[in-house]
Amino acid sequence: MADVNITVDGKKVTAPAGTLLIEACKSVGIEVPSFCYYPGLSLQGACRMCLVKIEKIPKLQTACTTVISEGMTVTTTSDEVRQARKSMVELLLGNHPLDCPVCDAGGECELQDMTFAYGAAESKYMEAKNHKDEQQWSPVVYFDRPRCILCYRCVRVCGEGMDVWALGVQNRGVVSIIAPNKEDHLECEECGMCIDICPVGALTSGAYRYKTRPWEMKHVGTICTHCGDGCKTTLGVRRSDTGMEIVRGDNRDKSGINGDFLCIKGRYAFDFADSAERLNQPLIRKEGRLTPSTWEEAFELVGKHFAEIRDKEGGQAIGVIGSNRTTNEENYLLSKFARVVLKTNNLDHHRTADFPAFVAALTGKLDITASMRDVFNAPAILLIGNNPTDQHPLLGWQIRNNVRLHRARLYVINTLPIKLRRQAANFTQIPAGTEGKVAAFLAGQDSVAEALASESTSRENWIALRDKLRGEQNLIIIFGSEIRGNDIEVLVKFGSAIPGAKFVCLGDYANSRGAADMGLYPDLLPGYHRVADNGKFHREWGGIPTTPGLNLPQMVDAAKAGKLQALYVVGSNPIGRFGIDPFAFSKSFVVVQDMFLTETALMADVVLPAANAYEKSGTFTNTCDDLQLIKKAGEVTDTKTDFEMIVRIADAMGFDVRKLVHFGGGGTRADMGQSRGAQSGEADQHGVWLEAHGLEPKMSPFDPMAILDEIQRLVPGYDVSRMNLLAGNDQHTNLAGSGPSTLHNPELIVPANDGLFSSGTLGRYSRTLNSVIENRHREPAETEVAAD
Amino acid sequence: MTFSDQFESRFAEMLSHYPTKRSVLVPTLLYAQDEVGYLSQEVIAELAQRLDLTELEVRNVISYYSMLTTKPRGKYNLQVCTNISCMLRGAEEIFDWCRQRLDIDHKGTTADGLFSLEEVECIGACSWAPAMQVNYDFHENLTVEKMDTILDEYKNRGMQ
Amino acid sequence: MAELVSHPDEVKIVSKRFGRGATGIDRYLELDGYKAVQKALGMQPDGIINEVKNSGLRGRGGAGFNTGMKWSFVPKQSPKPKYVLCNGDESEPGTCKDRLIFEHDPHAVIEGVVIAGIAVGSHTGYIYIRGEYRYLSNIMQQAIKDAYARGFLGKNIFGSGYDFDVYWHGGAGAYEVGEESALMESLEGKRGIPRIRPPFPAVVGLWGGPTVINNAETLASVPHIILGGAEWYASLGPAKNGGTRLFCLSGHLNRPGVYELPMGYNLKKMIHEVGGGIPDGQNLKAVVPGGSSTPVLSADEIDVAMDFDSMMKAGSMLGSGGVVVLDETTCMVKFALRTIKFYQHESCGWCIPCREGTDWLKKTLTRFHAGGGLKKDIDNMYYLSENMLGRTFCPLGDAAAMPTMAFIKKFRKEFEDHLEGRPCPFEKEGAVEQLPVMA
Repeated sequence: MADVNITVDGKKVTAPAGTLLIEACKSVGIEVPSFCYYPGLSLQGACRMCLVKIEKIPKLQTACTTVISEGMTVTTTSDEVRQARKSMVELLLGNHPLDCPVCDAGGECELQDMTFAYGAAESKYMEAKNHKDEQQWSPVVYFDRPRCILCYRCVRVCGEGMDVWALGVQNRGVVSIIAPNKEDHLECEECGMCIDICPVGALTSGAYRYKTRPWEMKHVGTICTHCGDGCKTTLGVRRSDTGMEIVRGDNRDKSGINGDFLCIKGRYAFDFADSAERLNQPLIRKEGRLTPSTWEEAFELVGKHFAEIRDKEGGQAIGVIGSNRTTNEENYLLSKFARVVLKTNNLDHHRTADFPAFVAALTGKLDITASMRDVFNAPAILLIGNNPTDQHPLLGWQIRNNVRLHRARLYVINTLPIKLRRQAANFTQIPAGTEGKVAAFLAGQDSVAEALASESTSRENWIALRDKLRGEQNLIIIFGSEIRGNDIEVLVKFGSAIPGAKFVCLGDYANSRGAADMGLYPDLLPGYHRVADNGKFHREWGGIPTTPGLNLPQMVDAAKAGKLQALYVVGSNPIGRFGIDPFAFSKSFVVVQDMFLTETALMADVVLPAANAYEKSGTFTNTCDDLQLIKKAGEVTDTKTDFEMIVRIADAMGFDVRKLVHFGGGGTRADMGQSRGAQSGEADQHGVWLEAHGLEPKMSPFDPMAILDEIQRLVPGYDVSRMNLLAGNDQHTNLAGSGPSTLHNPELIVPANDGLFSSGTLGRYSRTLNSVIENRHREPAETEVAAD
Repeated sequence: MTFSDQFESRFAEMLSHYPTKRSVLVPTLLYAQDEVGYLSQEVIAELAQRLDLTELEVRNVISYYSMLTTKPRGKYNLQVCTNISCMLRGAEEIFDWCRQRLDIDHKGTTADGLFSLEEVECIGACSWAPAMQVNYDFHENLTVEKMDTILDEYKNRGMQ
Repeated sequence: MAELVSHPDEVKIVSKRFGRGATGIDRYLELDGYKAVQKALGMQPDGIINEVKNSGLRGRGGAGFNTGMKWSFVPKQSPKPKYVLCNGDESEPGTCKDRLIFEHDPHAVIEGVVIAGIAVGSHTGYIYIRGEYRYLSNIMQQAIKDAYARGFLGKNIFGSGYDFDVYWHGGAGAYEVGEESALMESLEGKRGIPRIRPPFPAVVGLWGGPTVINNAETLASVPHIILGGAEWYASLGPAKNGGTRLFCLSGHLNRPGVYELPMGYNLKKMIHEVGGGIPDGQNLKAVVPGGSSTPVLSADEIDVAMDFDSMMKAGSMLGSGGVVVLDETTCMVKFALRTIKFYQHESCGWCIPCREGTDWLKKTLTRFHAGGGLKKDIDNMYYLSENMLGRTFCPLGDAAAMPTMAFIKKFRKEFEDHLEGRPCPFEKEGAVEQLPVMA
């Protein structure tokens, strides 16, 4: 769009036509205060804080609703404007309770800030303040009416942003009130967006309220550990008896791929971390019982058994199960440890998507996967399968708001009338299990059209839909785990004919993609490098077995046959998840690293208490292949990261850990806190600068950055800017062109099927998620209602 | 739930007057209230469903308009205007008289459910002040004496 | 229902059919009904607009914008349908004129709507009548039905080939809905919250289509202008203030009522001659000249012509035609309180200054009137009003602030007489509960 020139406070400002005055001012560093204006939400003009003087217009004008026009001359600092702002704050403070000392928002309240910046120190108000008692609207949402300044941000973010429409405005005049959709309570997705967006303390979080003062916390921006979308969450932590306690999660750091967004899990479900059931000392089975022990005894025992079995029976007698929630570095390390130290390819994890087939299908194509940011900007999106609103809340948000703000065309093909159909230009419902047929039809196999045709969607409709899709450009094709195996190749074939098309393959957990990329497969090394191919990993890692190992079901069978003498489970619960006979491994020596005494841990010989992703550093790869840095926020003493435990076990097996983790060099001895997280150690805080100058220290064998070096060097597509990564920016990886060409056991894929309020093991131990679920069960079944 | 035939035919006709369904909402709420006596949960749910709105949206609208109520009222709702023109000509006396005579306050309802009382804003009877509306009927140039007669008439009508 | 009055100075144009049975369509036709619309059908749209523009007809709702000018803002071409919306949500305290028009001459409103439609190229009109006026809504529904039956509305009206539909619509109690953008929201089935402007309704109005919104009296005047001509209509009033208007005389008068007088009629004469003067031998204290939102005039300020421009010059506004007369026994503090109580009750609550300002003023005035006032309250109330003025989302904030400022400026002495715990000097002893004086 053409540029428009205006003058603000004597400063020349140039901005594209159509820019709002408030944004034009912001672009040159002139702050125009506002409560109700919020970028990306509809305009209100309600708070009147942004009144400015525009030459030739007698009345002050709201900068938030004024579109700039050529030659406009604006004053934001005159006495008249200052007085207008001051009086708005005075008027607001009339009925506003001055309970700032106990208000959750105290210290990070926009009304406080405005009062400080523009308000009057003296109060003219002498009347009684209107009062209404606080209400609890849900386990996580509280509403304190008197504090509400009616900026309507909550109403808009819930409706426009979330498409939930659970909040409204009722009454009028001074008794106007924000109201929940069920008269005295909320029935919604409990995302808490309304709380975060509230400029004051009117909406507060059940999980955080009255727990602390904001300035007593330290804030760590890290990546959410729940679903596969990779939202950045800002965790507020403070010291506690057991280390560092996470008190709050929010998205105040809006630099992440999620911008304003967080769902209930990202915002509240960090609380599994301080569950009372958290393990905090190693357990060793003695006389049939898991008995508390010391780390030394545990590592020694594990190391001894693993080494003995390997040496006596060979590596094929040992099985390893990895995790979808451990870091890339841990996954890579585990993959390497299994092959190099345990000498086994018996390695697997809970597969939620057919990433190997996806990567294989993309072979030879460049720039072919879409980032999470791309999903917000693409002109058109095709979604086949999955229900992002429940399973990928951020992806759902990106799609929804792309449609709303950029008028993207959305095509949804699903077996159910999922909520995103409301944004869809075209929604097609199909019988369960026919997603593969859809792919075939789209790719040109007309013969399946008859099979797909239904009462609601005729053969002609299907052809019209395909024609429309073929006519799109820069289409993003997103598919769930319903599309797998050969169907992925077929779908990619269809998409590749569309100029600029990109793909997203949806995997379910926080680092499902990373687990696959780092080679937690019996036949694939990191980067989907086949174990049989004698390539760079064989050279780098040294003698590793070249025969594909056992997958998970095969390991179970082997264990039952007495052929699997040891099983090493890292952050996974196969017995609970897959309903495996708990006694299948009774003849094996089982070692489990976990936070909780899961069904699998209960059967173990050694249980090692693990730290979770909020308590360690490293990287995650989300389902859109965006690589992001995770930072240590919380800490529970007497737990260890999976990374450290793997290294310690290797050490206990007599392995030279320098060969596993290439740390040190240059004679540095001290651990400058690199492995201990953001709240301790200079090195971490200066990471970006150190990296830029080639000084980033990797001084201990427990330093994940040392493995990240190796990943970036050896795993295709991961050679992204390290500096950007350390600075907290998402970096899109590009794995295309390195996969296997054969089918890859698509039957082993089991989707997590987590909804909004569940999150596998983590969800089971989250008080907040459980309280929301319990609260729901008390109410009649929710029926979806149409929005405006 | 069921409304009268008259309501239904008016509702159907009104739907054809506008390009959007919800446009009929405000007058329809008032007509529904006239039939049921107030806007019950049942009415709200019914209209929300008919107009493709959420109940929340319907409640948002109801709570904005001063004639609409979600609580039952008396058979005869006395709406005494006390705004400036009426005030100048003794409206406060009329209102006080009503309070005493009916022994209820603003927005109260008599125990027999016959009368409700409301102090209302200007009803457009300024040149014939003081004035009140009983439901939709105007009573103008009121005096305390006149009020006696009016109230008795309603009482008799209500008893029948 | 409402009593009709008359006075020799009246020039009956809009009211010419009052009391003559013109609700019946045949009677209306006998009284020159539906002639104007037929004439308009033979005119060029621009010709109609110019005629109305030149007649000097200005919005009778209160803002006084030139009606023809307003129509000329409607784009000729529009991808979305255009609409005419008649504002019959009469609610400004002191105003009761539209009620008479709907009661006695509903077809004139319909005719005005159709003519406006022809002028701007619209084919649909809505007549919004406030919810309290149920009996008028019934009258209007019948009138519309009758007009359809005669082929005056609907397809091919008067055999002209022009289609025009008129529908009635009802409110449910909200002063704010009289604001034109809030009126549209209400018609669309929403809360009556005004819209952000620009865009103005003439460009983006009902359901996104260009919309002309005029007061009922304005539209009822249009057929007379079309028939009588712009020149004739303009000549009835002073320059740029064409025609007559319905003045609603209320308050302390011997002959209150709705009188149709030429624009520019002298206010003093209106009170003492037309309205019959102050009853009970009392003297005049003040006049609210154009509905409760217009700044009060003191007794010595009333020798003024009642037209938009003269009233502006006199520091007030012609407003909606509601002339409220106050005699000497009136307590101005109480009057100010009742006025602000109204605005506090009717504020939609959307923006801070109106929502909070009206509530604050009401609370302070309540305390003040009850004898709990402090000297600084007087300045503070003025300060609050001053800071509401011109800064609210819609004109309702101004409507509350302007009169308050005038009451304080012109009757400061009376405010001061309420100080130091003295009960209101105008009330009978014991009528007001005395409050302790605040420190």
